[in-house]
Amino acid sequence: MVIECKHVWAHISGYLDQALSPDVLEQVQKHLEHCEICSAILDSTRNILILTADERVFELPLGFSERLHARLEEEIEGLKP
Amino acid sequence: MATELRDESRMIASILAGDAQLFHELIRPYERRVYAMALSFLRNEADAEDVAQEAFLKAFRNLASFRGDAKFGTWLVSITLNEARSRIRHRNAIKMESLDDPDEEGHTSPALLRDWKEIPSEALERKEVRSLLLKAITALPAIYREVFQLRDIEQLSVQEAAQALGITASSVKVRLHRARMMLQKTLAPQLKEMAPKRRWWAWS
Repeated sequence: MVIECKHVWAHISGYLDQALSPDVLEQVQKHLEHCEICSAILDSTRNILILTADERVFELPLGFSERLHARLEEEIEGLKP
Repeated sequence: MATELRDESRMIASILAGDAQLFHELIRPYERRVYAMALSFLRNEADAEDVAQEAFLKAFRNLASFRGDAKFGTWLVSITLNEARSRIRHRNAIKMESLDDPDEEGHTSPALLRDWKEIPSEALERKEVRSLLLKAITALPAIYREVFQLRDIEQLSVQEAAQALGITASSVKVRLHRARMMLQKTLAPQLKEMAPKRRWWAWS
């Protein structure tokens, strides 16, 4: 069965998570083999996920850890009799 | 992840038995995750740090109520989410967060690019790329942002994300798909424009 681009778009997330059923996966793969547009959408989505997974996107501010542990220490000390 | 090599339930038992100092070690692997969750909600570094500290303090104070049926990290995420949501309610009592949650049935068509191939890894070295990513993620409606954050940034499983958010696994999948498509639509054209031209010629 041949599927259209918009049907492929609905499966991009499942494709990236390797969560498609074997028959859907086969249809999507066949479509991707000849469709540059859908391949580009897939590549761009995958690349965005690679970029956003990088720890540097959500960097901890300088001194975050020190301040956090100092505050916890106050709390822990406060519990002592 | 290093947390798998640690016996967190034993650490928690020791803390509850009186070795409170061990809490410092227990939370170290989660500092970035908690801060990132808070930042994506509050969109402001100072507030995010404040909420992250509060979340860790609450976790410490309520450690005895941690049941161990979820992972400690998942439990921490739930505390952080509650803390961030309550901060937002206080900060902005009029404009309710739920107003920008669109209906889940909506569709997002992707950005069509013929000459997309790769984002150069060094792109992330550039401050403006990081800020584009942050801006796009924080602009997602809350229900999509939460799921995206847990699955694609913190790499939680579908089940863990569902547990942390109190939603079904199938809602996690649907929302994640929409979040990814929204980010693709926003970010793909922006990132492509920023990358040096020579990086793209393979597809043009």
